Amino acid sequence: MLLGRVIGTVVPATQVDELSATPLLWVQPLDRNGRPEGDPLVCADGTRMAGPGQVIYWVASREAALTLDPWFVPVDDAIVGLVDEVRIYPAKGSGR
Amino acid sequence: MILGRITGSVVSTIHHPVVEGRKLLVAERLDAGGRPTGGYVIAIDAIGAGFGETVLILDEGNGARQILDDSEAPVRSVVVGIVDEVELGAS
Repeated sequence: MLLGRVIGTVVPATQVDELSATPLLWVQPLDRNGRPEGDPLVCADGTRMAGPGQVIYWVASREAALTLDPWFVPVDDAIVGLVDEVRIYPAKGSGR
Repeated sequence: MILGRITGSVVSTIHHPVVEGRKLLVAERLDAGGRPTGGYVIAIDAIGAGFGETVLILDEGNGARQILDDSEAPVRSVVVGIVDEVELGAS
């Protein structure tokens, strides 16, 4: 799973039937320090509670479909949970 | 599986049920010399790993679901071991 920030909602005018009940959000992937990294992607929202500005963690491929109920849907990226806080432990002195 | 080092954790109250009661760890990925590659992964902790430890991370969905004992878990990365030592061959 990786971090991301919701930057928008996606509302398709037409879609395959299997996606009709699936909220879609536009997500900017983040690095582990919270900085944008890579290209935005469209995630299905498995929590159904994320919105623009929210930091989330997401998963790709087959695991993405498993976030949804019913789970056999054609999605390739999905939000697994919302992030309250990322605790970065203090860096160790010499070893890093 | 991949090698990583635990650098943090993610706190999440709203999440998929599989995350309930489990710890989400942030692990930086390591290269062959044990240095961070710049990549990272958020993995579910299956063994009680802590900060700074070098860990073995299973990064494959079917194995992850087997470890979590949940055939519908949307999880690919699980911390499955704590590494004492990595020995590199003569180079």
